[in-house]
Amino acid sequence: MSEALNVLSGLCLVAGSFFSLVGAFGLIRMPDFYTRMHAASVTDTLGAGLILLGLMLQAGLTLVTVKLIMVGLLIFVASPTASHALARAALLRGVSPRLADQGEPSSKP
Amino acid sequence: MIIAAATLAIIATLGLALARSALGPTVFDRLQAANTIGTCSMLLVALLGFLAGRPEFLDLALVYGLLNVIGIIAILKFFRQGDLGEADHAPEENRP
Repeated sequence: MSEALNVLSGLCLVAGSFFSLVGAFGLIRMPDFYTRMHAASVTDTLGAGLILLGLMLQAGLTLVTVKLIMVGLLIFVASPTASHALARAALLRGVSPRLADQGEPSSKP
Repeated sequence: MIIAAATLAIIATLGLALARSALGPTVFDRLQAANTIGTCSMLLVALLGFLAGRPEFLDLALVYGLLNVIGIIAILKFFRQGDLGEADHAPEENRP
């Protein structure tokens, strides 16, 4: 039982690290502000969620798990709020999304 | 062992977000990078607590998260309106 929990926790931690790195690479490589925000949200949701889940499995049923759940709730409430406010502020300040050229549709009928 | 690997991955994420905040063309890119850095610092504090065998560090992670939220909202309000709310009084004075 304990071994299984350890393996599951390790899998969650590895997957969370992977998604965090994917989000960070997207933050560097994406061409546009809005696409960068999309990539960064991967770090905020999947990366943070999976890492916190792995730590919860390591901690067991203690007060530490309650604190981890509070951290997770804070991230899951605050991060979309900040993203929404950020996108709205950027749009109001005139940062326009990069679109494909009108003359060259990316997909042809 | 795996916790150390996850800590290294989070530190790499922090470094990449720091690079984006250094070369972001607009101020919103820098703010998005700051948001990511805040989330990653919460995770880093939690992971370091587990790595050192002292999970009491999670209280610090909670404080980091709250500070991150307040900071992001305040900075966004500043950049959207140009101030932190003092202009609410200005239109009333000019109102006929």
